[in-house]
Amino acid sequence: MKRFAKHAIFYSVLVGVWLILAKLKIWPPYVFPTPRGVLDSLWAGFADHSFWIAIAVSMKRMLIGYSLSVVLGMVLGLGVASNKFLEETMGGLLVSLQSLPSICWLPLAVLWFGLTEKAILFVVVMGSLLSVTIAMETGRQQMPKIYGMAGRNLGAHGLKLFWYVLLPASLPYILSGLKQGWAFAWRSLISGEMIFVSLGLGQLLMMGRDLNDMSQVIAVMILIVVIGYLVDGLVFKTIERRLQHKWGLAPAT
Amino acid sequence: MTPNAAHQSPLTSDHRCPIRPAPATRVRPSTATLVVPLRHVNRNGIPKVSLDGISLSYKTNDGSQLLALDNINLRVKAGEFLCIVGPSGCGKSTLLHLIAGLQPATSGKVLIDDKQVEGTGTDRILIFQELGLFPWLTVGQNVEFGMKMKGISKAERNERTDYYLRLVHLTQFKDSYSHQLSGGMRQRVALARALASEPDVLLMDEPFAALDAQTRDLLHDELERIWSETGRTIIFVTHNVREAVRLGDRVALFTFRPGRIKREFVIDLPRPRQLEHVTVAKSAREILDHLREEINKSLEEQYGHEAVR
Ligand SMILES: Nc1ncnc2c1ncn2[C@@H]1O[C@H](COP(=O)(O)OP(=O)(O)OP(=O)(O)O)[C@@H](O)[C@H]1O
Ligand SMILES: [Mg+2]
Repeated sequence: MKRFAKHAIFYSVLVGVWLILAKLKIWPPYVFPTPRGVLDSLWAGFADHSFWIAIAVSMKRMLIGYSLSVVLGMVLGLGVASNKFLEETMGGLLVSLQSLPSICWLPLAVLWFGLTEKAILFVVVMGSLLSVTIAMETGRQQMPKIYGMAGRNLGAHGLKLFWYVLLPASLPYILSGLKQGWAFAWRSLISGEMIFVSLGLGQLLMMGRDLNDMSQVIAVMILIVVIGYLVDGLVFKTIERRLQHKWGLAPAT
Repeated sequence: MTPNAAHQSPLTSDHRCPIRPAPATRVRPSTATLVVPLRHVNRNGIPKVSLDGISLSYKTNDGSQLLALDNINLRVKAGEFLCIVGPSGCGKSTLLHLIAGLQPATSGKVLIDDKQVEGTGTDRILIFQELGLFPWLTVGQNVEFGMKMKGISKAERNERTDYYLRLVHLTQFKDSYSHQLSGGMRQRVALARALASEPDVLLMDEPFAALDAQTRDLLHDELERIWSETGRTIIFVTHNVREAVRLGDRVALFTFRPGRIKREFVIDLPRPRQLEHVTVAKSAREILDHLREEINKSLEEQYGHEAVR
């Protein structure tokens, strides 16, 4: 309750300042929109379904791209972690590649796949693959060896061992990496969508710019932040809480 | 089934002398090939577990080799209860890992029913010293795990899970997670999990170390009963010599690094035995004298001569 009150006060003040600045008319409305204008844009966007469609298209790309990179990243990470040679060579490469903003993969993706859905997905995958791979690799190393031994001892082998033992055992160690991967994928997707016309939230953002409609730009930006926050707050926080409950880990504050 | 129901181990004989070194180790040093005494092989003449010249060295951090086990030769007959005692760090856990097939020996062979062990197998289940319960599963799911891996039907799994949880008195905790249990309760879960797989050979690494005396006595009785009823072969590692005498048909005493079998003792006391019984205490004292020698050696190695005085 107290927390909620603090947030309420903070956001009222923020909107208040915004309102005053807008009312002072220091900048023209196409540079600095009013809260009312942004609210209207949001309303209109949802009313004519364009926002819903954009959200659906973007989320679908996220789900496909992120799932792909989780599966690939886990396989890659496990592979790297289980091989000394790979760990020493490829481990370093992966970390250095992570400094590359994923949008840098777009020219390559466009040359390979053309201006298609695949190119966007490729950028999303590249945005999160490294985080997941590195998380899986370190998770595999940090995970106590006893779980793998106990699993083998009780008759788990190969895929069963991975699915029933190694994966759940490493989950607390890779969860933050999975979360980071999601955040990176989200950013990559929006930048990708901004660069070539393809529906989605990124394109709505660019459309706002093309139409000189600052209210829409701000509205879409708010949407992007809120969706990112909701996924983090609802999906990942829930997984985290359930893990902490099962494992008896101290809740992160 | 009352835990104290009188039962006679098939291995108990009517010897007057309750304790004596096994004949084989008496006539030959433990490093030589052990001549298998007859009583340690089953009807077909094939021992259940057989260790042939097992040696194992670990690589230490400075790059040198640490010889943990040195030429271990041991036969365990089907249905035998073997206890292993030895000072801390003498390689007892390592030996159980080898038998479980979790790591390969540097040299030598582990044979089960005369077939060489090439990895893990559900005919041998190890209760780890660290237990290794899965924290993401409930107590019930932990107990069920081995059966699930074997592809046993859900109905039978439920039934067996309930049975073994009742056996270790943890029925009410079926849906708890292991971090919600006490150390002793966790040990009992690990015991139930291992028993539920119903292995031929049960490898136990100090499974009762964290139990209070009452629970431990109870589980001694239960283990002895399960063992005599099911004819399982048990290799049981413990620090507690009395516990070894209480449970074992035979006690193998290990030397401090490198681990070798210093001596074997056949425990001919009638069953069921009591931990507090004077004959158990007497037998334990004899083994303890030998063990103390080894513990002193280990202390000397770690702290120098002063510490031992
Ligand atoms: N993974 C490992 N790497 C290097 N050395 C090891 C490893 N595991 C065990 N050792 C060494 O091997 C020796 C035997 O270890 P082990 O755990 O088998 O002893 P133990 O007899 O079970 O001792 P305790 O009674 O304390 O459990 C020890 O000296 C230990 O330092
Ligand atoms: Mg040990």
